[in-house]
Amino acid sequence: MLNSELKLNTKMFDEKVEQLPTRQGFGEGLLEAGEKNENVVGLCADLVESTKMNLFAEKFPKRFIEMGVAEQNLASVASGMAAMGKIPFISSYAMFNPGRNWEQIRTTICYNNQPVKIVGSHTGVSVGPDGGTHQAIEDIAITRVIPRMVVISPCDSLEAKKATLAASETGTPVYLRLAREKTPIMTTARTPFKIGKAQIFWESKAPKAGIIATGTLLHKAMQAAKELEEEGIETEVMNLSTIKPLDEEGILNFAKRVKKLVTVEEHQVSGGMGSAVAEYLAQVYPVPIEFIGVQDEFGQSGTPDELIEHYGMGKGAIIKAVRKVAKR
Amino acid sequence: MNTLLTETKLAKLAEKAKEIRISIIEMLIEAGSGHTAGPLDMADIFTVLYFHTLNHKPKDPKWAERDRLVLSNGHICPVLYATLAHAGYMPLSELKTLRKFGSRLQGHPWREFLPCLETSSGPLASGLSQAVGMALSDKIDFGLKSDRRIYALLSDGELESGQTWEAAMLAGKEKLHNLIAVVDRNNIQIDGYTENVMPLESLSDKWKAWNWHVIEIDGHNLEEIVDAFESAKSIFGKPIVIIAHTIAGKGVPEFERDYRWHGYDLNLKTAKEDYAKAIKELRTLGGKIRSEHQ
Repeated sequence: MLNSELKLNTKMFDEKVEQLPTRQGFGEGLLEAGEKNENVVGLCADLVESTKMNLFAEKFPKRFIEMGVAEQNLASVASGMAAMGKIPFISSYAMFNPGRNWEQIRTTICYNNQPVKIVGSHTGVSVGPDGGTHQAIEDIAITRVIPRMVVISPCDSLEAKKATLAASETGTPVYLRLAREKTPIMTTARTPFKIGKAQIFWESKAPKAGIIATGTLLHKAMQAAKELEEEGIETEVMNLSTIKPLDEEGILNFAKRVKKLVTVEEHQVSGGMGSAVAEYLAQVYPVPIEFIGVQDEFGQSGTPDELIEHYGMGKGAIIKAVRKVAKR
Repeated sequence: MNTLLTETKLAKLAEKAKEIRISIIEMLIEAGSGHTAGPLDMADIFTVLYFHTLNHKPKDPKWAERDRLVLSNGHICPVLYATLAHAGYMPLSELKTLRKFGSRLQGHPWREFLPCLETSSGPLASGLSQAVGMALSDKIDFGLKSDRRIYALLSDGELESGQTWEAAMLAGKEKLHNLIAVVDRNNIQIDGYTENVMPLESLSDKWKAWNWHVIEIDGHNLEEIVDAFESAKSIFGKPIVIIAHTIAGKGVPEFERDYRWHGYDLNLKTAKEDYAKAIKELRTLGGKIRSEHQ
């Protein structure tokens, strides 16, 4: 059942559940962060509307810089602005930011410990028809490996808004992972959010396994848990929106309770959120884990639903993985 | 040119440049590795910046109103460290720790170890972008009244990287009058002479094309260096680039114009002998750090 303490959206399983893209939540969050703090500036590499930075740019034209198609410059200019006291948010598609400009992010932002917020939109295969060149499925791996980077992958638009506001106040580099498509709203304005704090969205009395999901695929995990419950198989679902720093205490307690895990992410299995969980648990409390994600392949064109199914990340695949791990 | 310097001040700067060159050689010998040519050829420009042009307070490195200096080609850091020490940012004795474990003087500059630096550098071509960010930041805060200057020191070799031109384009678009870039035009890079590795000429035309004001100087003529920085401050509505023609390894005849000195294995016996000779040569210069172009 839904964790009532978190004031989640009780309509999340309705067919007509409200849907918004996480990039929308970022746009609204940045606008609010800009209103709260005049040091917040926005820089974008020719994708202002796509990354929803337009809301900020229209309200604060003097604090917005159009960078053109120049992502390496985007990262390093932001580092320079942060050195002068600004809190820069830099946005593009994740394939280019933090994809193309990885070394600039490592050296000029993280090595310098500058509080630049890297906003990568259009992650996962659910980008859809644009095809594999534009579907970032390696971004968690390349950001979480950099010292000092905070990595956040919000589960819905409302959480993305809260994450954006929280990111503006960390004083550290942050990578914010966003998606293109509209996805179901699972949280409410009253749902708490804290960077580094995992939350149990679905609880049960005698779980046979636990699912740890990050990003918008969390909704598929929730659907899977509900369906399994109807079949008499109890599970729990954790929303792990902060991938770094990892909520080690939360994950350890969860693993001790559920004993068996399925991790779910719209990202390469290699190096992603599941890897982060496994790296930690292997040291302190090894449990059987099944990994849902892209298995060392590139994306391609299709509808988001077709692609999620094709790459084995849909509700059915999660249910199958739960059954499998429960027997291990 | 109408230099703003008195003869006495000029002589003091020349003496300082000589001391900095000696420190560079001494610290490289102590470290046993590192780059030689670039640090030596930029000694005159660093001297003018830190002992004449920059608005800064060595005893208060975080002074909010200071000018900012970004060294993009971090591998020439011996000249940065030596100049900072001579300017009073750290004891001269600390120069001997260059490249050693636990030293604040990392092989390439790391701001975390040495907080008086404005940034860390090493990977080429990101310095101009960072300086553009600093200049933009001031322009957002103070508009055209912004009179702080942001200095970006670049090598010529790193201009082969596309990021430099991304930054140059943005600076031209934003009309950053508060940004002054200096290109160390010493014509060398690791693999040889720049015009053989990847031709950069016509270099001034490239900058002009992105709406920059270009000043070309003899990078070893102290009067020209002083005047160039001074005139750069009077340019309105454009970023400024000073293309400083320098001689790699300047001050040490054996080094000058030989690209092999860009980075030399100082553990070789012959190299050590060369260095010993080099110091001797340096000390005989007698402060006459004047251009051979004259």
